[in-house]
Amino acid sequence: MSGTTGWSGRYDVVVVGAGHGGAHAAAALRQHGFTGSIALVGDEPRLPYERPPLSKDYLSGDTPFERLLIHPESYWQERDVDVLTDRRVTTVDADAHRIGCDDGTALEYGHLVWATGGAPRTLSCPGHELDGVHTVRTVADSDRLRAELPAVTRAVVVGGGYIGLETAAVLRAAGKHVTVVEAQDRVLARVAGAPLSRFYEELHRSQGVDIRLGATVERLEGDSQVTGVRLADGELVPCDLMIVGIGIVPAVAALRAAGAVGSDGVEVDERCRTSLPDVFAIGDCAAHRNRYADDAVIRLESVQNAHDQATVVAQVLTGTGARYDAVPWFWSKQYDLRLQTVGLSAGHDATVVRGEPAMGRFSVVYLRQGRVVALDCVNAVKDYVQGKKLVARQMRVDPALLADATVPLKELAAVTPAPS
Amino acid sequence: MPDLHVTNREGDTKTLPGRPGTSTMEVIREGGIDELIALCGGEISCATCHVYVDPVFADRLPPVSEDEDALLDSSEYREPTSRLSCQIPFSEELDGLRVTIAPED
Repeated sequence: MSGTTGWSGRYDVVVVGAGHGGAHAAAALRQHGFTGSIALVGDEPRLPYERPPLSKDYLSGDTPFERLLIHPESYWQERDVDVLTDRRVTTVDADAHRIGCDDGTALEYGHLVWATGGAPRTLSCPGHELDGVHTVRTVADSDRLRAELPAVTRAVVVGGGYIGLETAAVLRAAGKHVTVVEAQDRVLARVAGAPLSRFYEELHRSQGVDIRLGATVERLEGDSQVTGVRLADGELVPCDLMIVGIGIVPAVAALRAAGAVGSDGVEVDERCRTSLPDVFAIGDCAAHRNRYADDAVIRLESVQNAHDQATVVAQVLTGTGARYDAVPWFWSKQYDLRLQTVGLSAGHDATVVRGEPAMGRFSVVYLRQGRVVALDCVNAVKDYVQGKKLVARQMRVDPALLADATVPLKELAAVTPAPS
Repeated sequence: MPDLHVTNREGDTKTLPGRPGTSTMEVIREGGIDELIALCGGEISCATCHVYVDPVFADRLPPVSEDEDALLDSSEYREPTSRLSCQIPFSEELDGLRVTIAPED
């Protein structure tokens, strides 16, 4: 880790962003035998760490920071990767192959790998800058939140996505009164089907969480510290802490200013190349054509996507050639329930519930034009593992068979012909 | 501190200091061995921390859970000695444990 500011130099590869994607891009280059110089530039004062626990076991205090490190400090030294922490890249000169940082660091690159992820989307209503209003993206965010928790009685979580629901579960387990405010008519509306949404609403309500659907925030009340949330219908929900979990804004301003094509994030081809010469983009900020999304151009916010795109870049740069074509997967943990997702459910036209939601053990199978495109599996690891093959081959399966939890999915994968 | 002996895919063996209270996966990761990807960080949602465990230690390991069994089944390289290293808490009792990192699926 280097704290040197104002550093100048040239690296064969500069990786911008030290999250899962950036860290793995640097590591995978070495694994694939890349011998050139590598810099890994991050805007946090930390070595690369796992982000998923920040809204789960790290927030609850069950897992200390040391256990989140993706690699120990000695690893980066041994692999001869210069980790340049605590600086943000603010300019990209694509012609000169040069980047500039907010601390004066200027680096020339042979190839640039943009892996900056995104910044949490914030509210824009009156009061959004009050103390006690939090987002969760970095370990510093999670630390600030934890530091306030002992004095908190009531919390409001805005956004019923994974971050919102995971933090709601942690806060509830810590004995706080928790209200979740969701603008859509169901939680997880952006990422899952109605059966899963209804299950999680019921789960959180049974744990004592107050879930408000179709509710929007008008303004936040308080002088310096947030004291409540005024909803559009006029109701005031008192609170002394707020968590805003309403998605991210891809951190691509510098790259877009340099001319990279993109609207939501930056666009990349199947080898993760942007429209700029020698510049790749990976992870949450990379808009790519994904066959699991019916070939739509999408961004995927997941560890799997960041990691697998990083591997593709390492393979491209070491001449082993690769295309990004990985099956998407994802996980979430709330209370003692484990959710695992394979595939992408967006655009599904039918769902099949398999197993018993009432027993907290079931899967939702998503179909698009008769083909399996995704599964959400709650405490059903076997379905998750075996369903992957159905998703990878986008198999046509009789919904009645999918609904029969006594028939293992691997048997369906074995007998169903591949799509024509 | 108990020792863990890890053999990588090239056949090189490294001895790592175990830290009781962490999993065998974490001991390997903290030892700087990057072949073990452990992508989900121990959330039993992938099989990227797959290892083979020296059978001598078999009776000292926790049993394979239904979930671990399902995930191991996703590997083409499953053997009778296969385990997910995130599911083996490291302890003094496992001093000298020998594991070999399974091929990548």
